[in-house]
Amino acid sequence: MKKTPDQINQDLLRPVVQTSPSFFLACGILGAVVLVGCYAWGYQLYHGIGVAGIGRPVFWGFYITNFVFWIGISHAGTLISAILRLSNAGWRRPITRCAEVITVFSLCIGAMFPLIHLGRSWLFFWLFPYPSERGLWPNYRSPLLWDFFAINTYLIGSVTFLILPIIPDMALVRERCTGWRKRLYNFLSLGWRGTRRQWACLEVAMHILAILIIPVAVSVHSIVSWDFAMTPVPLWHSTIFAPYFVAGAIFSGIAALIIALVVLRRFLHLEEYLEPVCFDNLGKLLLLMSLLWFYFVFAERLTVWYGNESSEIAVLWLTQRGAYRWLFWLMVVCNLGIPFPLLAIRKLRTITGTCIASIAVVLGMWVERYLIIVPSLSRKFLPYAWGSYKPTWVEITITAATFAAMALLYVGFVKVVPIISIWELKVGMREEARILSAASESELIGVRSTASPQIAERIGLERTYQAKT
Amino acid sequence: MAHRWGMAVDLDRCTGCEACVIACRAENNIPTVGEQQARMGRALHWIRVERYYEGEFPDVKVKFQPVFCQQCDNAPCEPVCPTYASYHNAEGLNAQVYNRCIGTRYCANACPYTVRFFNFFNPVWDRPFHLQLNPDVSVRQVGVMEKCTFCVQRIKAAEIHAHEEKRELKDEVLQPACVQTCAPKALVFGDLNDPESEVSRLQRSRRGSKLLAELGTKPKVTYLQRDQWNEKDA
Repeated sequence: MKKTPDQINQDLLRPVVQTSPSFFLACGILGAVVLVGCYAWGYQLYHGIGVAGIGRPVFWGFYITNFVFWIGISHAGTLISAILRLSNAGWRRPITRCAEVITVFSLCIGAMFPLIHLGRSWLFFWLFPYPSERGLWPNYRSPLLWDFFAINTYLIGSVTFLILPIIPDMALVRERCTGWRKRLYNFLSLGWRGTRRQWACLEVAMHILAILIIPVAVSVHSIVSWDFAMTPVPLWHSTIFAPYFVAGAIFSGIAALIIALVVLRRFLHLEEYLEPVCFDNLGKLLLLMSLLWFYFVFAERLTVWYGNESSEIAVLWLTQRGAYRWLFWLMVVCNLGIPFPLLAIRKLRTITGTCIASIAVVLGMWVERYLIIVPSLSRKFLPYAWGSYKPTWVEITITAATFAAMALLYVGFVKVVPIISIWELKVGMREEARILSAASESELIGVRSTASPQIAERIGLERTYQAKT
Repeated sequence: MAHRWGMAVDLDRCTGCEACVIACRAENNIPTVGEQQARMGRALHWIRVERYYEGEFPDVKVKFQPVFCQQCDNAPCEPVCPTYASYHNAEGLNAQVYNRCIGTRYCANACPYTVRFFNFFNPVWDRPFHLQLNPDVSVRQVGVMEKCTFCVQRIKAAEIHAHEEKRELKDEVLQPACVQTCAPKALVFGDLNDPESEVSRLQRSRRGSKLLAELGTKPKVTYLQRDQWNEKDA
């Protein structure tokens, strides 16, 4: 990729400064689907949660499936981006922001579902630990409350992680527009002037956040898995759940990231920026996670089958031989059967190949969450109380609307912020970027080392500083 | 001394008449949901008589087993509630605070006996049943979990009564609706802290066992049933 900085600015700022009719068309269609979803939720609030298909004993259905699914997708961004930043993978530069945005939006959508699924959604704030005159606090022993804190921590962390590297780009846009946009970007750039001190602060902050966000991301999906694993329900009550869910989350997250990249590449004409090497490398990661996912499923199923405990075996056979067998095999085909050949054979690991594999994985991982939740609940211990579950139009509509909401938020974001981090891309074009640590980027962008030598030493700037002078 | 309420269910006496189910309904203002909703598994009945068949036709033996909240000492439903709507009261009952429930339905998933019931819609009573609502029991709104309370309204009334008359509460004057109505006397209710009570005596019986005892929930309900070992012995 040999481009001048001016060309880069022009290419990557085009979606921000120019608006085509297809933008409004996309917003219109997606917005309409979201509105239908809002109507469905309003219908449910008005008539009662009974308009959804849940019953006894399957008290959780589509909504909790969607909750786990979207929280899983949120692992695309911040976690992958943080790991790639810390390992200073050069090919990460055009994709980090795209990934971080997925995290923020899918977390917001995922966090909606526990509220949608409540019997009395209007009392959701009782989960907040606020001081009340009755001296009532939420129950800190409940995994749902752990969820509340974990998701909020992750949301705050990932929003910060997204916004920090956006600031220099906002300043870039600010310099190139007029009128109300000038005022908007003036506000969004938060007083960025590009001074040495500002670059140094940004670097230190990104470095600290990249390290901090990894344990937070792992904890979030572990706690989501404990919503299930803490209860004595057959096949839920399992020690494998936390790592199994974290692996599944990263798996579906990478797939979502690849799909987003393919769509952006096509519609924003980013062919020269999102090169095949990104997809090749992400494809390898996806292959690794696919195998890891299958390893967990195999380990779980084998131990349950060999253990032959009556209540667990009832659930196992329901998914292997019973009513859910088609969904089970669909899941295996989508998560292993399709991705494995597409990603393992180098000739097939193209942009199209990884995209097809990713679509299959996203579908397969949704089915996986459904198969974790519903069959276990429908075959609990006393056979007399066994039951089944069938979703209604309300649940299906709300589910479809969240996918539209995700796309709509993404389209809107791309309109306001350049989806490829321009300053990071420019830094990466320097020869030195390949050998230097991730923490010394201000050197490369032409700014001298930090105001304080202590900070410089701490983040490893000293070495490069000396090398240059 | 504090009471610790418990129950014994003599399966050898149960005829499966389901009078307890009806009595519970009348006492506790349990709404009917209609055939279509019942088919979706939304019928509310705090006590149910499970029917299990043994043997091949025509030599079929039917076994009846009334199942209701086991009032576990180690209840899986309690710690999972984020708002303390389901909690352990001082007398060891698994209480459900309707006002505090926001309807996560987590407790119902955690309950291994599947004896928690959810109000999917606001309750309605077909006429003239609306005239027989029990004024001592609150009516539950949409989105709220409910379950067997051991007729806590009767327990509280008896305790207040005994307190006013400055005497010890004796369990024979106190019965939940299901126990009161059980013609073959298969259900026995009482204070487990009183070693002389009939329920304590029955809980010590060799015929006794706990439902799903292997899960470690420590239920306060004992099921009595003659088994082969006992038959040989007797």
